Amino acid sequence: MFSLENLVDLPMIWFVVIATAIFLYILLDGFDLGVGILFPFAPTDQCRDRMMNSIAPFWDGNETWLILGGGGLLAAFPLAFVIIMPALYIPIIVMFLGLIFRGVAFEFRFKATGKARRIWDASFHFGSFVAAFMQGVVIGAVVQGIEVEGRSYAGGAFDWLNAYSIMTGFGVVFGYVLLGATWLVVKTDGETQAWARKSATYAIGFVAAFLAIVSISMPIMNADIRTLWFSMPNFLFLVPLPTASLIMLIIIWRDLHAEREIRPFLLSFGVFLTGYIGIGISMWPYVVPFQITYRQAAAAPEAQSLMLVGTIILLPVILGYTGYCYYTFRGKASHEHESAY
Amino acid sequence: MFENLDATFLARAQFAFTISFHILFPAFTIGLASWLAVVEWRWLKTGNQVYADVYRMWVKIFAVTFGMGVVSGVLMPFQFGTNWSRFVDAGGNIIGPLLAFEVLTAFFLEASFLGIMLFGWNRVSPKMHFASTIIVAVGTLISAFWILSVNSWMQTPQGFQVGQDGLLYPTSWLAIVFNPSFPYRFVHMVTAAYLTTAFTVAGIGAYYLWHRRHVKHARVMFGMAMIMAIFVAPLQILFGDMHGLNTFKYQPTKLAAIEGLWETQRGAPLVLFALPDQEAETNRFAVEIPKVSSLILTHSLDGEVKGLKEWPADERPPVAIVFWAFKIMVGIGTLMAATGLFALILHFKKRLFDTRWFQLWCMALTPAGFIAVLAGWFVTEVGRQPWIAQGLMRTSDATSPVIGTSIAISLTAFVVIYIFVFGAASYYILKLIGKGPESIPAAYGDHGVEKPPIVSDLVGEKGE
Repeated sequence: MFSLENLVDLPMIWFVVIATAIFLYILLDGFDLGVGILFPFAPTDQCRDRMMNSIAPFWDGNETWLILGGGGLLAAFPLAFVIIMPALYIPIIVMFLGLIFRGVAFEFRFKATGKARRIWDASFHFGSFVAAFMQGVVIGAVVQGIEVEGRSYAGGAFDWLNAYSIMTGFGVVFGYVLLGATWLVVKTDGETQAWARKSATYAIGFVAAFLAIVSISMPIMNADIRTLWFSMPNFLFLVPLPTASLIMLIIIWRDLHAEREIRPFLLSFGVFLTGYIGIGISMWPYVVPFQITYRQAAAAPEAQSLMLVGTIILLPVILGYTGYCYYTFRGKASHEHESAY
Repeated sequence: MFENLDATFLARAQFAFTISFHILFPAFTIGLASWLAVVEWRWLKTGNQVYADVYRMWVKIFAVTFGMGVVSGVLMPFQFGTNWSRFVDAGGNIIGPLLAFEVLTAFFLEASFLGIMLFGWNRVSPKMHFASTIIVAVGTLISAFWILSVNSWMQTPQGFQVGQDGLLYPTSWLAIVFNPSFPYRFVHMVTAAYLTTAFTVAGIGAYYLWHRRHVKHARVMFGMAMIMAIFVAPLQILFGDMHGLNTFKYQPTKLAAIEGLWETQRGAPLVLFALPDQEAETNRFAVEIPKVSSLILTHSLDGEVKGLKEWPADERPPVAIVFWAFKIMVGIGTLMAATGLFALILHFKKRLFDTRWFQLWCMALTPAGFIAVLAGWFVTEVGRQPWIAQGLMRTSDATSPVIGTSIAISLTAFVVIYIFVFGAASYYILKLIGKGPESIPAAYGDHGVEKPPIVSDLVGEKGE
């Protein structure tokens, strides 16, 4: 049967593809969720309208990367999927409930009038917050390792819950706030933009603090990670990562004060990238830390081969029309231009 | 508190609840997307403003339903892992790629072009907008293709071998994707979705006609829906029959449950009414027509039909649910075909749009499609039990290592939240229907929103 097994390193390629899909989800839905988290703090209702308008055409496409990340994990590394999902049953279900409240708010809010609109404001905000927080909890729980016996999860229902995962939960919330605020700097102007700029500067401090805590705590918690980062010559190769994060955060801060619009947003992506790579390197080669490697979890080569062909053909097309969609809705979001209904 | 509840039962209840809720939305949006494409095409072709108004009214309803479908659907693949991890562990090599292809070929397409369809009115050319509608419609069909392929594979698995590790390995993708029940299920379900939409649109059109409101628009809705009732409803009976014969061949246990037949016999009767008793292995209060089941299934009065007793008791599905769900589905299908027949007669009598009783009839059938779709899925899913994948793995062997308490809590949360969200969606859709189509020149905001949700337009809305 058709297989690319002997031509390319399939598990390795799929590790990169899935990691990329999850990362794109974090970036793209990250700014949507960040906008939702910031929502009630905006100075006026008019600002809130613009905030929602700025992401209304995109959120659905952005959330699709989550299905690709999850569905892709199921397809390419089924063993990892079947261990992680039951292990994180509660935070994952709660995350989806948050995403439901966030998602329906887009449609319901602008159909609601008067006090009912407040319900969907709250639904949008708390939905976004809960989803972001639970994603952080999931990351925090995964990096601490998952108990496995044979081919399934062997821990309890609340193994994921501890101070560390709650900390990473808040870390992701502030990270998304930075993405959301810098997105709003790009997509809005006037009062909303000024407020978003201020919010972004506050977020920088928190993001820096959480990045520092995670960077220091991971080597302390795990001896292998300690050896990986602090042995020579690894240290020399890895030290640019945190350095780059720090430099980018400083540039974002300066750019915000210099009223630059686009660069803070792109550099926020950069900060997430360095953090993501840092965690990825620490977990390598595990997909279920610290039990199952990406090779052990890999699906049959026939399955990975078929999907690889599909991905090579379809992913550029997807990126193409996603780009077209962003291009169509370029420019500042606004509430102006009263529509007729 | 929940210690006594069986985790498998709870996992099944949760999956059944969340997927039943989910399927209501695709069942409607698959048909609605295609219909909207037709309406927009008529508008571009004729320049008739009525089509534009109808499009704009229904695209708003489409947006709400599609949004509900997305938020309830994103969860579904993850539930494979949270609740059926041992099934995914064994079958991941087969179902994984099909699900991944659904995401790659359909979900991104729908999500991206939906943005243009809803908000891009003034940002792209009319042709591009029309293209976006078509792309979304095609996306819904591609999505149906893959997910029905996965489901059908679970009904009629083939194209794999069992490895030494007990896991399934693909041997032929063509055999997997185009497994024996797939073509029938795909055609039957897509047609069901089209009919669901048609009868919903017909019901609303009839409502306007009854109240003599928006008559020009209502005629478009009602007329187009009746075309579907006349031509497609009878076809669906044919497709359903073919699907049934396919089930007779590949899943005879399910078919015996559908027919409510316990004994294998030649000249099997058609059981019209019965209360199947699983324990006693018999039907109570049965009303039967002799030999008709054999005639339908084998096309011979004396053909042999296998009864449920042919299989051990622990390999039979819960008969009463399958039996009755099938009756409901077929009953509604018959009502739909009858609607088509009435519509045809009224059309030739030139009374299609002003026959009062027929408008009431169509209003009553507004939710018919949804009920039939749910009933049909209960037949096919409950009928497959006790298997998660027919003959390969039992549902009770497929569960995740998650305790019953967790599932009981999440199930309760889903029920409460879905009822709340569903209630809100229904309320807003009814409001949109109450408002009806409005004759207003194209005025989607050109800043990426169709309607800027701002306080100042609340005033405008009240003034309307």
